[in-house]
Amino acid sequence: MLDETDRKIIQATQAGLPLTPQPYQTIAEQLGLTSDDVMMRLSAMQNSGIIRRIGAVPNHYKLGYRFNGMTVWNIPDEFIDEMGQKVGQLVFVSHCYHRPRHLPEWPYNLFAMVHGKTQQEVDKQIQQISDLLDDYNLGSDVLYSTKILKKTGFRTGGRAGGRSPKATPQARNRNP
Amino acid sequence: MDEIDKQIINALQDGFPICDAPYRQVAAQLRLTEQELIDRLKALLDNGTLTRFGPLYNAEQMGGALTLAAVKAPKQRFDEITDIINAFPEVAHNYARSHELNMWFVIATETPEQIQQTINAIEQQTGLTVYNMPKNKEYFVNLKLEA
Repeated sequence: MLDETDRKIIQATQAGLPLTPQPYQTIAEQLGLTSDDVMMRLSAMQNSGIIRRIGAVPNHYKLGYRFNGMTVWNIPDEFIDEMGQKVGQLVFVSHCYHRPRHLPEWPYNLFAMVHGKTQQEVDKQIQQISDLLDDYNLGSDVLYSTKILKKTGFRTGGRAGGRSPKATPQARNRNP
Repeated sequence: MDEIDKQIINALQDGFPICDAPYRQVAAQLRLTEQELIDRLKALLDNGTLTRFGPLYNAEQMGGALTLAAVKAPKQRFDEITDIINAFPEVAHNYARSHELNMWFVIATETPEQIQQTINAIEQQTGLTVYNMPKNKEYFVNLKLEA
């Protein structure tokens, strides 16, 4: 379980790691800890899955991934886990989840995010998912992101702040 | 963004060491100096190529809660609705999407109860129905995109 010191480290790092030669030492100094303690606790949190990873999160658009599609599929409930595992294993799928339907207007229960630099690339990926699901697909849709309205990452302790990039328009919107 | 920037972005999506001088360690692998890596990283964050650099926390593992939610924002109220929703610190991401449900956002809170409270507050302030779509199951998450 997380203790008070872990939570302080989380709060101090959730906007990002200091860009100093010894970032863990910098955090330690801010919190009145030793850098060994900070490193040990971050390692423990990484091992237990509280930290997914330490690293960089790129803006898709800036890397040229202008076509970011949330593909959604209507899968019979009894096959959702089997199909979800299969779709999640496709190399181009970045996130894959089972989510609840909102009937009648939202029948989709499987969500898979795909990213491409061209429409053609994404169309191909969607076709691959469709082929894989085959008869288990009772209907689908693709929602392209047309603008990042906010992207700050998660916060605890009610602290706002961090980087909020300016909204990035997408070059093309398939269903304006 | 040049080839070196691309190498940095690709390398840093794979993880970052926990040691006394981690930038020096990564810089050596990329044949850069420590200062060069730090300067380029700062520039990539400042110009928005990277939205974050640091530990990526799993809100649910921390006892917190997370959900994906959507609203149908009328076109003429889109900017107003964006401002209302973005003003919530609990809203971590918000994307405009091409659908009648045209605004999709992630709500992250410290407790599961706060998810519903946030949804209620958004409904009250916008007058719109919030479609709550918490995950039932996660099959895969890999946030890496090749630069």
